[in-house]
Formats: sequence, structure tokens, C-alpha cells
Amino acid sequence: MGMNRREFFRIAGLSTLMGLGAKSALELVFPGQVEAQYAPNAKGLVAKRWAMVVDMRKVNDKIAQACIEACHSIHNVPDMGAPLDPKDQLDPELKIRREVKWMWTDHYHNAFPGEEHDYTEEKVKHLNFLVLCNHCENPPCVRVCPTKATFRRPDGIVMMDMHRCIGCRFCMAGCPFGARSFNWRDPRPYIKKINESYPTREIGVVEKCTFCTERLDQGLMPACVEVSKGALTFGDISDPKSKVREILKTNFSLRRKQHLGTNPQVYYIV
Amino acid sequence: MLEKAFTGSKKYYALLAFLAGLVALGFLVYTRQLTTGLGITGLSRDVSWGFYVAQFTYLVGVAASAVMVVLPYYLHDYKAFGRITVLGEFLAVAAVLMCMLFIVVDLGRPDRLFNVIKYYTPGSILFWDMIVLNGYLFLNIVIGWNVLEAERMGVKYKKFVKYLIYVSIPWAVSIHTVTAFLYAGLPGRGYWLTAIMAPRFLSSAFAAGPSLLILLCLLVRDNTKFDPGREQIQSLAKIVTYATLINVFFFFCELFTVFYSNIPEHMDHFKYLFVGMDGKGQLIPFMWFAIVGMIVAGIALTFPRVRKDESTLALTCGLVIITTYIDKGLGLMTGGFVPNTFHRVTEYWPTPAEATITLGVWAIGFLVLTILYKVATSVKEEVRA
Repeated sequence: MGMNRREFFRIAGLSTLMGLGAKSALELVFPGQVEAQYAPNAKGLVAKRWAMVVDMRKVNDKIAQACIEACHSIHNVPDMGAPLDPKDQLDPELKIRREVKWMWTDHYHNAFPGEEHDYTEEKVKHLNFLVLCNHCENPPCVRVCPTKATFRRPDGIVMMDMHRCIGCRFCMAGCPFGARSFNWRDPRPYIKKINESYPTREIGVVEKCTFCTERLDQGLMPACVEVSKGALTFGDISDPKSKVREILKTNFSLRRKQHLGTNPQVYYIV
Repeated sequence: MLEKAFTGSKKYYALLAFLAGLVALGFLVYTRQLTTGLGITGLSRDVSWGFYVAQFTYLVGVAASAVMVVLPYYLHDYKAFGRITVLGEFLAVAAVLMCMLFIVVDLGRPDRLFNVIKYYTPGSILFWDMIVLNGYLFLNIVIGWNVLEAERMGVKYKKFVKYLIYVSIPWAVSIHTVTAFLYAGLPGRGYWLTAIMAPRFLSSAFAAGPSLLILLCLLVRDNTKFDPGREQIQSLAKIVTYATLINVFFFFCELFTVFYSNIPEHMDHFKYLFVGMDGKGQLIPFMWFAIVGMIVAGIALTFPRVRKDESTLALTCGLVIITTYIDKGLGLMTGGFVPNTFHRVTEYWPTPAEATITLGVWAIGFLVLTILYKVATSVKEEVRA
């Protein structure tokens, strides 16, 4: 073996560093290049703390459906009710059981259980609230995940690494908002048209809304916000001059299950 | 000592073959789950843990209950239990093994199991559960084996074993406490969000585990030349009595807080389980049977006559095992998830495939238990001879 002592130590040292942090090892070999390569795109949107305001005064069924459709189609979220092959048709019960959804609508007493009363305003009672992951400041799903497959980014987005997820579903038990779905079966036969620029999932992993991190990196707003005709506002809540802050300052807002202390970052105006 | 496992009666081999058959059947169905996903179970987006996790929880209790024979013998020098500590420890080994397997079969991606170590996350209770369960398995196999070997040689076991035994006592409590913490710290699940969950887990464990041990002792006496002893069984029966009554007491403590406080998020799950909700309530008869049966068993056992007659004792122990199994298995999992976070009722019932895989895991456990008990009883027979 043509390796002297010095070379051995160099390689051993590098390998150790690779183990500890591949980036720092690469940094030794190609200084500066990694940063340049992985730094957010110049056009990328950055924030200290992302948040969303859903203005239910502006959300009608059509807009809600457009938001859901935009989200689910670009993220390859399967529709268990619409298989590509009729032989994959599921009975209604299985359709509910295996459902995968990132964004959907629900009634006031379902989205905000315990908040309704016998004389809740008719309008609110019949509203179809647009619900999604709340990207909590204190996310219980992140707390319970045994592999950090779900984690909170510095900008507040609660992300999923579907390649690390072991499918224990602890996060699903932990989430008080029912925001998470599990791939009980191969989702692909239920995806109308696969978006090649976003991964599809395999069986056995959990998924949910990611506030469209892939779009933020390209300088784009989340897909649902884009098609919401102004009903959804997305921005940096740590910035007092941001649009989200402005709306919250001048309107009464609600959050789902605030009393649980997860500090949800999706706000509702009714 | 392991050679004892290879010399047995026809009945012994027949039992092994039968269990191996069940294992094979379970494995066959499991390969289907591996390829097509957990969709072959009755689990859903709303009830995302079910039969597998229920078995896991129940069996952690069975494993922990070994401490009920270890503690009196080693800490209080209660000599009678010396005869059966190894039976308790080997039961714990088989039970912990099943626990781990139930976790593995419940995973969506078992191929990534080792991510739990690779990306270790001490903030997750599952990480600690992995540590305490593996540790407990190790402790019991080492202690049980060493003590049995020493008994066979007619010498005192090595000194390090003594220290391991001391460690194993709080460790037993830890496995069931950590398992309760998996559920008891989740903000949105009113049924589980209770400080009495770990104590309840322990009390039901100390009722169910020794009950199972009593039945196993009776089986061992009938099928081998080794008699675990009448006094031993009677002492275990007293433990079962107290633990069952304490378990019932804890249940009512929980019930008081939930219903006197009148907080819907906590009451709703009990309502679903015991009276039904939105016209759904497939667990109602099971839950009533569990709680009434547990009370009946607890009270019956306080009568010395019931305990002293080994056939009524065995029947009552059977009742304790079944009722705690319903309460901590089916009830705990489904009750925690129904109604769901949207206050909707999605019911859960295991599918035949799920039940077959479950049976397969139990068969692995009993296969290991049979072999370990065969070794233990053969050694005991040999020593007595």
C-alpha cells in the first residue's frame, strides 16, 4: 500500500471531519466553494420568522379549492379519491383512512374545537376554514421526532426530511392540529400528474406542508398564497413593517388551539 | 447450559414447532406489509397507532413486573422467591424482545431503524425508550443466565451480577415510566395528558405481569419435574391483589379529575370509550368488561379462599390479564386518538393481516420464553435431583 504516515493522518483526519461535518471537510479542500454553491439564491426570499395570515373574509370556496389544488399539484400530494387506474379505487372508508393532505378546509367547530358556542355567528359557523401546518414556534412534532427528520429551521419553518423519517408516526400523535399525513400505501397511483421538479414519496414516511421552502428559495411566494387573490398573506412576522404585521395590528385575529402553547404561526381573521 | 434446550420431550418439540409455524405465518404477512406498506393495517391518518403499539405498551408492563419477584428476594431477602426469580427474569427477556419487535413492525421504514442511533435525539422520548428497553433486555439476560449457571454449579453468582441486580430494580420502573412518557407529554391528546399515566401503567403492570407469572408457574409445575412452590404462588397472588386494587383506585382518580373538572378535551375520550360518540362506539362493551372485570377480580382476590384455591386463583389471574390488556391495549391507543384533533370520530379495528403479524410476534416471544424456561426448569430439576 503506497501510503506514508503523513498521508494516512491527512486522510484519516479528513474522514473524521467528513463524519463530523462534510461541509467543514470540503471547506479544507475547496475553500469558499461550498458556501457559494449552497448559499440561498440571490433571488431567494429570506425572513427571520415566516408567518401566514388567512383572511377568511376573502376566502370563498373557489379560492380555497384553488389554494388546495395549487399546493397539492405542485407537491405531488395524492388524491385517494381519484386513482389513475380504476382498479385502485378505494371504498369511502379507506379513502378517509389513507388520506394525504397538506391543506384543506374544515368547519369552525372542527378547526377550532371548544371555541364554538350555541349562538356562534351564523357566518362563522358555516365558514370553511383553510387549514394547514401551523409552523409552530414550539412544535411538539419536532420535540418528539427521534431522528430530527422533522425540524424547525431558523426562519421558523417546520420542515420534513422524508429521507430520514423512519415512519414511527410519533409526530402525528404529537401534532394537535392533525396537520400530518402518513403514506400508508404507495401514493403514486393516486397522483394525477407528477410534477417532475418535486419528489414523490415512498411508502412509510410522514409528510406535511412546508410553507413551500422550494419556492421561497427561488424567490417565489408559497403556491397557495400566489393563487389566493389576496386572501392569504405570507411574510416576516419579526419585521414590524411587514404586511403580516400590519394586518395583525389592525384586525382581530385567531389562532388554532393557542392554549396548548405551541405558538402557531398561521393567523386567522374572520 | 444452552444444551438443555436441545434435549426435551416430544411435547416440548411439538410446542416449538407449533410456535415456529406461527412465526413463519406472521413473517409471511409481514413481508407483504414491507412491500405494500402499513396500509394493510386498520390504522389511519386519525388513528395512527394501534394494535402494534398497544401490544408494545402492554408487554413493557409484563417485562417491568419481573421486579416484583426480584425486589423481595434481593432487597428483602425473601428467600421463597429465590426459586422463581429466574422465571421472572426470563419472562422479562421474552417480553422486552416482543416490545422491540412490535416497535419494528410498527415502523413505516424499518430499514431506517438505525437512524435513531445515527441521528440520536435525546429530546425525543423514543430515544430514551430505546435505551431503557435495550438496557433492560441486557440486564435480565445477563442476570438470569449467570444466577442460573451459578445455581447449577452450586456456587454463589459472581459479584458483578449483584450490582447489575441492584441496577435492574429501578431500571424496571424506568422502562414503564419512559413508555408512559411517550404518551403523557403530548399537548393535544387529552386522554393521555395525565400525570397518573406512569403510575397507572406500573400498577396495571404489577397486576398483569405477576398474574401471567402465576399461570406460567402452574404450567411449569404441571409439565416439568420442577415445582415453583405453593408459597411462591401465594405471595405472587398477594402482589396481584394489591396491584389490581391500586390500579382500580388510580382509574377512579383519573375519572374524578376528568369529570369533576368537566373539561371537554379530557372527557370526550372517556365518553367515546364508555358510552360512544356520534353513534360510534365499538369499544363500549370491551371497556365496560375491562373496568367491571378488574374491579371484580380485585375484590375477589381479597378473599383468602379465592387466592388459596389454585383453580379460582388461575381464573382470576386470567381475568386480570384480559382486563388490563383491554384497558392498556385497545382502550389506551384508540381512546387517545378518538375523537381526533378535529373532534371527529374515526374508529379503528385491527385487520386480519395486522392480527396475524401480531400473533407472529407473540409467537417469537413465546418461542424464546419456552426455550428459556426449558433451560431454567431442566437446570432446576438437575440441581434438585
